[in-house]
Amino acid sequence: MRTSDSLRKTYGETLVELGKNNKDIVMLEADLGNSTMSSLFAASYPERYFQMGIAEQNMASTAAGLALAGKIPFINSFAVFASGRAYDQIRSSITIADLNVKICGSSAGLSDYGDGKTHQSIDDIALMQVLPHMTVLSPCDAVETEKMVKAMVDHEGPVYLRINRNDLPLVTDPEQPYHIGKMSQLADGKDVVIFATGIMVQQSLKAAELLREEGISARVVNVSTIKPLDTAAVLSFCKGMKGIVTAEEHSVIGGLGSAIASATSRTRIPLEMLGVDDRYGTSAENYEVLLRNYRLEPEDVAGKVRSILGVN
Amino acid sequence: MNYSQETVQNLCRKAVQVRANILEMIPPGKVGHLGGSASSADIMAALYFHAMKVNRDDPKDPTRDRLIMSKGHAVLVQYACLAELGYFDRSELAKVKTFDGKLQGHPDMDKTPGIEAVTGSLGQGLSISLGLALGLTLDASDSHVYTILGDGELAEGQVWEAVMAARVHKASNLTAIVDWNGIQATSTTAEIFPIENLADKWTAFGWNVIEIDGHDMRQILEALDAARAYTEGPSVILARTVKGKGFSFAEGKAKYHNASMSEDEYALAWKCIEEMKKEIEA
Repeated sequence: MRTSDSLRKTYGETLVELGKNNKDIVMLEADLGNSTMSSLFAASYPERYFQMGIAEQNMASTAAGLALAGKIPFINSFAVFASGRAYDQIRSSITIADLNVKICGSSAGLSDYGDGKTHQSIDDIALMQVLPHMTVLSPCDAVETEKMVKAMVDHEGPVYLRINRNDLPLVTDPEQPYHIGKMSQLADGKDVVIFATGIMVQQSLKAAELLREEGISARVVNVSTIKPLDTAAVLSFCKGMKGIVTAEEHSVIGGLGSAIASATSRTRIPLEMLGVDDRYGTSAENYEVLLRNYRLEPEDVAGKVRSILGVN
Repeated sequence: MNYSQETVQNLCRKAVQVRANILEMIPPGKVGHLGGSASSADIMAALYFHAMKVNRDDPKDPTRDRLIMSKGHAVLVQYACLAELGYFDRSELAKVKTFDGKLQGHPDMDKTPGIEAVTGSLGQGLSISLGLALGLTLDASDSHVYTILGDGELAEGQVWEAVMAARVHKASNLTAIVDWNGIQATSTTAEIFPIENLADKWTAFGWNVIEIDGHDMRQILEALDAARAYTEGPSVILARTVKGKGFSFAEGKAKYHNASMSEDEYALAWKCIEEMKKEIEA
């Protein structure tokens, strides 16, 4: 059971819970277990916990071998290393063979605010979603994370999970069933649809509040499965809308925005993307400072909506 | 184990047949990795026809031993063995690297029965093998995992990550075999990227190191036994080999790493096969 609003702690705790009955779950990590919370697994199941040292490439291919032996390996690191440092290993050892390896990219986006550009991932969705066979997940709160981790274990095939380092307000319904590949509407509206992922779901819900006061009605959709994208659902949520806005804590190149733009290109509904412009991160004293300076606040989402509607 | 002359001779015959199968896959006009396939043919024959538990009728038999061709470009030698064992019809040999064939340019577990992983991007096979070995240990399996590495491939940093990790996790059901032929794609390893003191390096990383002549069948068999018997951690067999072994015109030449043969060369290659056969019977 979830004990906090921390996505990463929930991730680690959920795997401990699942590991009790499912003996095939094995955990691999590269000396960041206290950040990714994969270390929680070590105390309960030391024989199924593999410390691989600071060697992400070997960790990824070793996980491929464990999957070949019928195990369900979870590999853990910061998103930037989990996706980028071991990219060819994920491509060649894991996804070409369509192996049942789960990759947890923790401290994703700008959420590791203090560590700066080398540790902040603005490109991991792009790298992972271009790989055939790969599923790409991006939860927005701890409630969704818990359901998602359970679904990952049941899902056969490679999955990339991108997790925010910081506690985020709960916005999803604990009672709502979760399925990989499904997106959910968290606020209804009739003028504009906002497709958001990760922390930008919370920011978009706040933006919808701001806009309501201005007489603008915005629908907010939580796209927590970026790949495979439920194109039919996207088109359905766009029906009758005057504009589409995408919001993500990731580069505007190759992320959620690109995927939604591809899916909606024939609707001819105008689209605006909010995300990290074509640049790297930087250190900051707290997360909020980064979100403000990278223009990822509710007011920035609202600005995109106004822009698309031609109102100031 | 003390192997009889007959056992050794039979395996030598198999190794010649493996080389003949390799030739079938590279007729004139077709490009193929002759050099690194031929250099590992004796080792592969010893593994597939003697040391490994294999099951042609059930390629996924959980009790089987596993072989990962980390130097995936030399997969022709593996196809040659699998065809001989009947994992697929011999007619597939002529269809290697074609759209409709089962035999890909590099190992593909989804296309070819008997292939255990996807390899070919160099440096990843030992890590995959380590994962397999750890998984088998969790299941208390007696199966052993073998990895064939090229000496040129040892320049990949990931190999040494796996070497460290296999020792840390005491993977004694893992044996790496280095096909130490001294030649890589464009020239000798001595010229391209010399990695000296290989035995010292693996020893320093805590592996059980066995050095052999990779074309001496008796030495190969004894080394495989010693590796499997060692229970303190992983073993490596450093096998000194000759690139293109058995084909006089190609021996020791980088040119035949991946090349096509002329009609004359191809005819000569078959003569070499006949000579190898005669030598065994003599």
